[in-house]
Amino acid sequence: MKAGILVFPGSNCDKDLDLVLREVYNFETELLWHTKSFNVNHDIYFLPGGFSYGDYLRSGAMASRSLSVNSLKEAEKKDKKIVGICNGFQILTEARFLPGALIRNKNLKHIARWEALVPMGLFKDKIPEDYSLPVSHSEGNYLADVDLLKELKDNNQIIFKYKNNPNGSKDDIAGIISKNQNVIGLMPHPERAVFSAKDTPLPAASGNSFFDAIFQGL
Amino acid sequence: MQTVLADREGTPEEAKKLGLLDGEYDLIVEKIGRRPTFTELAMFSGMWSEHCSYKNSILLLKKLYCESDRLLAPPGEENAGALRINDKLAVVFKIESHNHPSAIEPYQGAATGVGGIMRDVFTMGARPIASLNSLRFGMPDSPRNRYLLREVVKGIGDYGNSLGIACSGGEVFFHNSYTKNPLVNAMTVGIAEIKHLASSKASGIGNRVMYVGAKTGRDGIHGASFASKDLSNESAEERSAVQVGDPFMEKLVMEATLECIEKDLVIAIQDMGAAGLLSSSSEMSSSGDVGIDLYLDKVPARETGMVPFEFLLSESQERMLMVVTDENMPKVQEVFEKWELDSAVIGEITDRKKLRVYHEGKIYADLPVHSLTVNSQGAPRYEREVKKVDAPSQSELEISDFTIAVNIKDIKTMTEIVSKTISHPNIASKHAVYEQYDTDIGNLRVIGPGQNAGVYRVPQSKEALSMTVDGNGFYISIDPYSGALHTVAESYRNIVSSGAEPLGITNCLNFANPYKPENYYFFKEAVTGMSDAAREFKLPITGGNVSFYNESEDGPVLPTPTIGMVGLLEKAEDALSANIPPNHEVYICGFFNPALTSSQYLYISKNIKTGPVPEINLQHEIKTARALLKANQSKLISSAADVSSGGILTALLKGIFYSKRMNIQCGFQFASELFSNPQFEYKDNNLDIFFFGESASSYIISVSPKNKDGFLNFMKDNQIPTLHLGDSLEKDNFILNDINLPIDSFYESWLNGLSKYF
Repeated sequence: MKAGILVFPGSNCDKDLDLVLREVYNFETELLWHTKSFNVNHDIYFLPGGFSYGDYLRSGAMASRSLSVNSLKEAEKKDKKIVGICNGFQILTEARFLPGALIRNKNLKHIARWEALVPMGLFKDKIPEDYSLPVSHSEGNYLADVDLLKELKDNNQIIFKYKNNPNGSKDDIAGIISKNQNVIGLMPHPERAVFSAKDTPLPAASGNSFFDAIFQGL
Repeated sequence: MQTVLADREGTPEEAKKLGLLDGEYDLIVEKIGRRPTFTELAMFSGMWSEHCSYKNSILLLKKLYCESDRLLAPPGEENAGALRINDKLAVVFKIESHNHPSAIEPYQGAATGVGGIMRDVFTMGARPIASLNSLRFGMPDSPRNRYLLREVVKGIGDYGNSLGIACSGGEVFFHNSYTKNPLVNAMTVGIAEIKHLASSKASGIGNRVMYVGAKTGRDGIHGASFASKDLSNESAEERSAVQVGDPFMEKLVMEATLECIEKDLVIAIQDMGAAGLLSSSSEMSSSGDVGIDLYLDKVPARETGMVPFEFLLSESQERMLMVVTDENMPKVQEVFEKWELDSAVIGEITDRKKLRVYHEGKIYADLPVHSLTVNSQGAPRYEREVKKVDAPSQSELEISDFTIAVNIKDIKTMTEIVSKTISHPNIASKHAVYEQYDTDIGNLRVIGPGQNAGVYRVPQSKEALSMTVDGNGFYISIDPYSGALHTVAESYRNIVSSGAEPLGITNCLNFANPYKPENYYFFKEAVTGMSDAAREFKLPITGGNVSFYNESEDGPVLPTPTIGMVGLLEKAEDALSANIPPNHEVYICGFFNPALTSSQYLYISKNIKTGPVPEINLQHEIKTARALLKANQSKLISSAADVSSGGILTALLKGIFYSKRMNIQCGFQFASELFSNPQFEYKDNNLDIFFFGESASSYIISVSPKNKDGFLNFMKDNQIPTLHLGDSLEKDNFILNDINLPIDSFYESWLNGLSKYF
C-alpha cells in the first residue's frame, strides 16, 4: 500500500503519521511538498496536523489554496480515500472537501488532553465503545447550521462524537465523513495513540482500531 | 594601518545611561587603547550587561561541579549542555529565564522565552523532543496575578504547540513575593547524533558569515540591559524592549537549520538571542580566536533607517548566524529558499581577531573580539559583598502552639484539613496549565506532565529520557545552602521515581539585585549548595542561566534556583509511573524523617514560613535511589512517587488520583496495625507531622501482593527502612481507622484548586 502525506510549512504531525504508517502498517509513504502538484498514484492520502502557514488568515485557509491540495482534488475525483487530522480536517473544510467549518474553541484556549469518543456511522461496529484519543487544538469547534446538521445525520456522516464536549462543537461532533464515504476529517489524533504510554486513559493503544477500520477494503 | 572610524566618540555619561557601571568606561579605554565610538560603547553595554557577561556570577559559576564521562560540551562554551547517552546519540538540554519580559508583556515574554531556549538546543544540531517550564506567580486570588498566569501559560502553549514540541512537565508555585516579578523558566531537551553536534566556534579565514531566518527590526533593542535592572513602574513603559515571537517562523528556521547541520554544511552556528547579532558574532569569533568583518547593509531588515547599533543589538526573534565555506554557501541558500526564509552573506572570517562593523561603506566599530566576551575574560568579573541573613526559626514549644492536632477520629476536622491542603494552588492538580500544552506530539510520550518526571522515548531507540524541573524558593529563603541541597535532591528523586538513572543538571538561578549583600548571600550559598549536591550525586552541571534583579519596589522574590535534570532509561517500558494501582500494598520507603517547619502544610494552614528546613543526608538519598532503581529493574515495584510538598498524605492521594484520571477505580485503606504499633512514634498530638511533614530521602511505593516478600527482603538486604502504610482498594473508599473519608470530594478539591482560576 502506498500513502501520500501532504506537508505544508508549519505541518508538525507529518512525521508522526509517517512513522505509524511505515512501521506499524508497512505502508510505503511519500511526503508531498506544498509547492508541487503530484500524480495521483497513491492508495490513500493524509493531511496531517500542525499549523500550516502558521495558521495565518484562518487555520487551513492558505493550505487549501496550495498546488498540492489542487492535486488532491484530482484524487477526490478518482474516489481515493482522503483523511485529514486536526489541521488536516481544517484544510479539508476550507477546501470544501467536507462541509461545515472549524472555529475557535468555546473557552478560547488550546485544549490538549485525551477525550472519550463515541464511534458512529461507519465506525460504529469497527471501533470499541470504550474509546479515547488525544486532542490538541485551538480551533476544533465544529460549526454546522440546522440544514447541514440534518444532512449529516440523515446520511450517517458523523463518525465520532465527544462524550464530554471540550470545545463547543455542534452536536458534540469530533469527526465526519463525506457523503460518498471517501473523505474523512477528525480533530482527535489517532496517530498519537498507537504506541502505549503509562499515564493515558485506558484502554491504551486505541489509535490502531481507527487505522484498522479505514484500511479495510483499501 | 590605523583604522578610520566614522562614528563619533561615546562619552562616559552615555556609558552610564547605557547601563555600564562606574569605572567600566575607563576599563574599556584601557582594553582598547582609545576612547570608544558611540557604536562601540553601545556594543560594550550589551556584551558587558549582566545578562550577557554574567559579570557578577561567573566567578562562582566557574566553580560548579561538572565532571562526567558523558560530557560532550564544556559548560558555558556552547549554546547548550550535551551528554552522551549511547555510542551514537547525545541529549542536549538547557534551561533559561525570561522573567523580566514576562512581567511586562506576559504572553510575548513567555512565548519568546520558549523560542529562545528551543533555538539554543537546535543550534547544537539537536532536534528538540520535549520542553518543560518552571513558573512562579503571586497568589492567584488577585486579578493581576491571574492575568499573568493565564497569559504566560497561553504564551508558552501557543509557541511550543505551533513549533510542534511536546511539553513533558514542569512546575508552578505561588507566593506573593512573585506578584510584580513572576518567574518564567523554560527548558528544552533535544536529541542529536554525536557526529553531527554543531559548534559555535568560528573558524577558517575567509569563510562566509551567513545570516539566516527572520528579518531584523528595532524590537528588543537593549533587551539584555533591560533584563539587568530592577523592575519598577517605569518598566511598563519599556514594552519595546520585549521581543515579539513568531513560532511559525521558528519552525521553518528549525527545519532549515537542522537540515543544513545534517548535511554537514555548517562550520559554526549560534542563534541570535540576547544582544542579537552582536553577541552571536563576538562570541563566535572570540571562542574561535578569529576576527569577523560585518557588513550591516547586507542584513535583511524589515525597517528603514536603522543605524549600526540598532542592527547589532536588535533582539528580533528567530534568527541565526552561521559560518560556512564558499563552496557550501549556495547549498545553504538552497535549503533556506526551500523553507522560504531569508539568508544573506553579511560578513567574513578574518585573521585580525577584531570585530569590525561596516555600514554604508564606513567603519563604525573595530574592537578586539576578546574584549567583549565573558569566556575570553574581556568582560569584567566581580565577586560581590555578602551579608549573612539568619534563618527564621521558632522554638519547638512555639511549633506545638501552631500545630493542629490531627485527631484521626474527628472526621470533620480531618476532612477539612485534607481538603484545604490538597486544594491549595501549590499542591492542587496543574492540569489546567498543562492541558494547554501539546504533550503527545512526536509520538514519544511514555509519561506526560503531572507526575514525578516526564518520560519520553529517544527516537529510533529502545531508550527513554526522564526529565524534571524543580525549584524550592521557599526552603532557600529559609536556608539557602541546605535548601539548594534539597532542590537538587528533589530533582534526583523525581528522576529516580520514574525508574531512570540521573545523568546531569542544567540550572536557572533567579535571584534579586546582586549589589545588595543580603541578596548575594543567598546567591552564593545556594550556588555552593547546588554544586556540592551535584558533586555528591556525581551529576555534571552542564550549563544554565542567571537572572538577577528579580525584585520590585515591594522587595525581592524568594531566591529561586531552578534545577533541570535529565535521566536515562535503557528500556522505555521500564518507566515507573506514580499511579497507584488497586489491590496493591503501599509503603513509605527510605529515610523518612518528616518536619513541619518550612512545610507547605504549615504555610497553607497557618501562613507560617519558618525554619529549619528538614534534615537532609545525601548519602541516604543515593542509597535509597540505588535500591529503588534495582528493585524496579527486578520488577518488584509497581509505582513510585517522592515525598515532597504536602507530605506522604498528598503523595498517597495523588497516586490514587492519577489512577482515577486514567478511569481506574481506586481507593485506599490505612493498615490497621499502623497507628497501634508501639514503634509508631507519631501520636495524636503530632500526627500532622506524619501526614503532612516534608522529608528528604523518602518515597511512596506500591507493590503487588505477589512481590511483597521479594520487595521487603530486598529492601532489608539493602538496609532501606520501609513502613507499611496500607493497601490500595478497588473501590472508591479512603479508610482511616474504620472511618471512610470522602475521597471523591478530595479528588474534586485537588482538581479544582488551581483550575478554578483559569
